[in-house]
Amino acid sequence: MAVYEQKSVREAPSSSKGVIHWLKDNLFSTPSNVIMTLLGLYLLYIIIPPFVQWAYTDANFVGDSRAQCTGDGACWVFVKMKMDMFMYGFYPEDQVWRLNTGLGLFIVLIAAFKFLKSSKLKIIAFFIYLLAAFILVNGGLLGLDIIPTDKWGGLMLTIVVAAAGIIFSFPIGIVIAFGRASNLPIIRSICITYVEFIRGVPLITILFMSSVILPLFFPEGMTFDKLLRALIGITLFQAAYVAEIIRGGLQSIPTGQYEAADAVGLSYWQKMLLVILPQALKVAIPNLVGAFISLFQDTTLVLIIGLFDLLAMVRITAADSTWLGMETEGYVFVTFVFWAFCYGMSRYSQSLEEQYNTNLK
Amino acid sequence: MMHALRNQKVRGILFQLLTVIGLVAFLWYIGSNTMSNIEQRGIKTGFEFLNSTAGFGIDEAPISYQETDTHGRVFFVGLSNTLIIGFVGIIFSTILGLIIGVLRLSNNWLIRKMSAAYIDIFRNIPILLQILFWYNVVLKSLPAPRKSLEFAGDIFMNNRGLYIPQPDINSTTLTILASFVVAIVSIFFLNIWGNKKQEETGKDFPIIIIGFALFIILPIIAYFIGGANFNFDYPSLQGFNFRGGKSISPEFLALTFALVIYTATFIAEAVRSGIEAVSKGQKEAAASIGLSQYQALKLVVLPQAIRIAIPPTINQYLNLIKNSSLATAIGYPEIVTVFSGTSLNQVGQAIEIIAMTMLVYLTISLVVSAILNWFNHKMKIKER
Repeated sequence: MAVYEQKSVREAPSSSKGVIHWLKDNLFSTPSNVIMTLLGLYLLYIIIPPFVQWAYTDANFVGDSRAQCTGDGACWVFVKMKMDMFMYGFYPEDQVWRLNTGLGLFIVLIAAFKFLKSSKLKIIAFFIYLLAAFILVNGGLLGLDIIPTDKWGGLMLTIVVAAAGIIFSFPIGIVIAFGRASNLPIIRSICITYVEFIRGVPLITILFMSSVILPLFFPEGMTFDKLLRALIGITLFQAAYVAEIIRGGLQSIPTGQYEAADAVGLSYWQKMLLVILPQALKVAIPNLVGAFISLFQDTTLVLIIGLFDLLAMVRITAADSTWLGMETEGYVFVTFVFWAFCYGMSRYSQSLEEQYNTNLK
Repeated sequence: MMHALRNQKVRGILFQLLTVIGLVAFLWYIGSNTMSNIEQRGIKTGFEFLNSTAGFGIDEAPISYQETDTHGRVFFVGLSNTLIIGFVGIIFSTILGLIIGVLRLSNNWLIRKMSAAYIDIFRNIPILLQILFWYNVVLKSLPAPRKSLEFAGDIFMNNRGLYIPQPDINSTTLTILASFVVAIVSIFFLNIWGNKKQEETGKDFPIIIIGFALFIILPIIAYFIGGANFNFDYPSLQGFNFRGGKSISPEFLALTFALVIYTATFIAEAVRSGIEAVSKGQKEAAASIGLSQYQALKLVVLPQAIRIAIPPTINQYLNLIKNSSLATAIGYPEIVTVFSGTSLNQVGQAIEIIAMTMLVYLTISLVVSAILNWFNHKMKIKER
């Protein structure tokens, strides 16, 4: 009986492996590729080294006054000294612990979400957190002083606006999406008009409207906080976009699901809330995260109506007479903070998309 | 009565009736409050203010404008600036977006990664922050007029803006402009004719080469027809600033840069997803029936890619126009800055002014979505 021995696997030919080969394949395969690579390298060369030199090599990190910024590069001392302003705005210094506690509780909440199995408990925990965060930030209960909203600012205000925007616009958006998908003609046309109107105008005009015209809508003596007016504008704006995304999710649900829910005798709201919405939301989640990213970016617009968000803090801190001319450092720092938040969220939404994509196909 | 309530139709009508009553009551409530508030504060109503003198100057007015002109004129100055920034922004962001989107799929690793980095960086920075950054950091750090950066001898850039030579308006300039219009129109019709010819005979009509040739030859002919008298008005340093030529303000530059760079990231993604959506089988099928690479691209890949890439791109154009309203943060005189800003502060009639501004954007949106619907209808796959 013949004995067959398996020969050892031959190595890949040397022409198809190794760094040199990778370079040849990916960077220098054709003459036009060589030119492109060289152009790309040149572009990197004129952008990156000067930036690194300015932001790191020649920059000043230590010290606590302007005099200690001796190098030609960036003066990060400015950002370090003004960090409280960038983070908390004009929030009283001795009360900042309340904001930090709120942030700490948020981490606790995320951890609790990992442990809590029932979604009912999760929802309850979430609402308890919202209440606690509101009391901590705003005050007025449990012996905490009320901090007027004109003291709120910096990253904290940006997060408050973004969070309030998404939390309030979400239920409104769901209701409008239901209205748009309903077969009652008047309800449907009201919802379509609302969504198309809001999506057709820039956010800044809506913010102007909510800050200038809204007070006229209510009886004399009824005053609205500036922040509250901005929040109303942003919520109304965002609701239209949320509605459009959820409508997309609703459309992806096959008719059989509606019919099956009808067949087992569920009422309209039971059908929508227990059968249709959970499936539609699952489809819509990546896009909702996308909408949240643009909301987070759009919060910068509140500076135009006179609130002091993170971006507005650049101008305010650089107007300090001891730190004049430090705008560049401020803008670069704030750009980095916004970028990190948005990029993180967009990666998260991409991973969600991949996660949910497999279920659908 | 209870029986009728169990009928779905009856309940639907009842529910809608209640909604309408609620909505009307709400509108009536805010309407009457607004009326009494306006009366109490002594705010005027109506559109009379459009005929009253504005009394403030506008630095960049594409249509002639003086301080003594009316608020109605201010509205049109703002509107034309909005349209100008929209037009310029759309042209440049399309070019940049196309380039980045195609490079994103390049087989060159470095170029691919650099385009991806471009998209990841700029789409994740708020557009308002980008506008302020260009305006307050980049353009303000440019040298003073006396030490202007100089390009090609006649283009100057300093912290007061960009100065470029401007052709004198005479018969030559006008005929050259007309020749460009003729070239575009004739390319459009030649393309239709060429496609028809191809369907009949199978012969390819080299529209790209002929199109390029038309773009070069027609203006040259026009140059001689128009009297060969082509002069430029060159910018030159006089005293502390430049005179002559065409000056472009730093506000306009900052706004254009930021809008173009931001919008291009979204257009690039649309282009990329359009090209990627064409399945490999389509390209292989095109190759197997003997089409050349150029033919496969023109006849098989692009028609399918365009169908997917155009709708999101048009939406981005709309976003660009809406985002141009952020010019109010740096004072470029488009409609939100001059009309909802300066005019509103002078007149105080917020309701009328903001409604007019919103109407402008709504009209633009409606026109754009009409175009989009027409396109989708035209591009719909015709199934038999």
